[in-house]
Amino acid sequence: MDQVLELRAISKQFPNHRAVDSLSLTLRRGGFYSLLGPSGCGKTTTLRIVGGFEQPTSGEVLLNGAVVNHLKPWRRDVCTVFQNYALFPHLTALQNVEFGLKERRIPHPQSKALKALEMVQLESKRDSFPAQLSGGEKQRVALARSLVLEPQLLLLDEPLAALDPGLRKKMRAELKAMQRHTGITFLFVTHDQEEALSLSDKLAVMNHGRIEQFGTAEDVYLRPATPFVAGFLGALNWFGEAGIRPESTRVSRTQPDGPSLPATVESLLFLGNCVHLNARLEDGTRAIAEIPRGNEFAEGERVHIHWHAEDEIRFQ
Amino acid sequence: MNLRRLCLLPARVWTALFIAAPLAIVCAYSLLTRGDYGGVEQPWTLENFTRLADPLYLAILWRSLVIATLSTALCALLGFPLALFIARAGRHKNLLLQLLLLPFWTSFLVRTYAWLFILRDTGLINTILHTHLQLLYNDGAVLLGLVYNFLPFFVLPMYATLEKLDPALLEAAADLGAKPFATLWRVIIPISAPGIAAGSVLVFIPCLGAYLTPDLLGGGKTVMLGNLVQNQFTTARDWPFGSAASLLLMLASALLLAALMRSRAAKELM
Repeated sequence: MDQVLELRAISKQFPNHRAVDSLSLTLRRGGFYSLLGPSGCGKTTTLRIVGGFEQPTSGEVLLNGAVVNHLKPWRRDVCTVFQNYALFPHLTALQNVEFGLKERRIPHPQSKALKALEMVQLESKRDSFPAQLSGGEKQRVALARSLVLEPQLLLLDEPLAALDPGLRKKMRAELKAMQRHTGITFLFVTHDQEEALSLSDKLAVMNHGRIEQFGTAEDVYLRPATPFVAGFLGALNWFGEAGIRPESTRVSRTQPDGPSLPATVESLLFLGNCVHLNARLEDGTRAIAEIPRGNEFAEGERVHIHWHAEDEIRFQ
Repeated sequence: MNLRRLCLLPARVWTALFIAAPLAIVCAYSLLTRGDYGGVEQPWTLENFTRLADPLYLAILWRSLVIATLSTALCALLGFPLALFIARAGRHKNLLLQLLLLPFWTSFLVRTYAWLFILRDTGLINTILHTHLQLLYNDGAVLLGLVYNFLPFFVLPMYATLEKLDPALLEAAADLGAKPFATLWRVIIPISAPGIAAGSVLVFIPCLGAYLTPDLLGGGKTVMLGNLVQNQFTTARDWPFGSAASLLLMLASALLLAALMRSRAAKELM
């Protein structure tokens, strides 16, 4: 069976709003998938339905081809890494990792838990309590605690959100390596488009409880299916009907060939690896161009904004 | 005199006048001889304490410890699920807490007398059932009275602890394969141990010194340490022995409290 998870038109109606609206999604075994969307788009509710913490109002959840709607969380071969890790404060790192092994009566819990701690490079912290661990270490214990059970599917609910930015990038690389190493299917929930784009084999962009687009990072970034997807995955300049990413927007002093518009430089932001040039077009709309350092444009200067026709993002 | 000292002064005077001084008097009385018509007389003696070692009084101490322990255990058994229920009752929490505290609006004495009317030979239960069950004047009735009166003292600290318990921990336990009972046993109870300890102390200590409940519902048959102290000061007119007995009661409470504090401190260090 190549499909780990299949969601068939699941909906979740809360008293005051519809969190998930007839959502369908199929995940193949061994992939790294993301649910990406703004807060309140229903991505966490979807994850909780898969984990068994919420019942869908309608629709079916299939794991390995079998409907699991009625199965309690402890009977599902799915594990969750919670947003704030949810480590048991009264247990050591090792005991936390052993917890699931013991509950599921898996033989040799201690040696398996130790191996899992080694995998996340925390064997030296085996006897530390969660309160004595840093954010990144807690994150790794939570990951080890779930991975050690070798679930069919690992759900991750914004696992990097609580970490500081430097650590977040490091953990991002570790997550990806861990997924490749274990071969377990990951379903990762995030509101950070950079995280979703860099990690996922395929990502589902969600809005208002629906999936707007499900595709590879390149698909959704370069060929967004809806204006929402285009806007959510990165800044977009609108030149009439055509949307252009800032990195594809060019600036020159002379009238170029191809599509272009006259504009005035409003401000320049030095970002280290590049410069963001904010321009105002003649009709008053603003545009951002990501240009290399060393361009000697001045604020108030008259310039031409131009782009290649093949970089245009258009919607019917 | 600075402000800090000035602010502490009332508390210090209060402590000295109403705690330290009476305790000193009780200590002094316990070392004196009984007066013929109550009160105390010279000479100084340790006899009151040696008398306490009499098997009769040790039996009373033992009985008090057993009844207080049983009451605490019953309060924990009944109070824990109740506290858990209230803590997870969502927006009805406050209403349920008010209901729990409602009996306190009536005097302790009145509530204990009410049990007399319910349990006695011609009382509510025997009337309804048309029976003549001996429900009063036994250990069971005393236990019932104590548990009834002190249950809220267990539920309140327990509720405060359980209310702070992160629901994600329960979901994490279920997610890792723990069924509800395993979650209760391996997650909820260990994490809420400080609440269990606090509630147990709050129930155990007043139960150990209880005298009204065993007096009214035990019919004088179920003598506890509190009754012993009361009798010495009233009918027996033996104030020195009563003082010694009350010091024994204090010592028993203090030792248990110290033991619990130590184990709790050890737990919190982890």
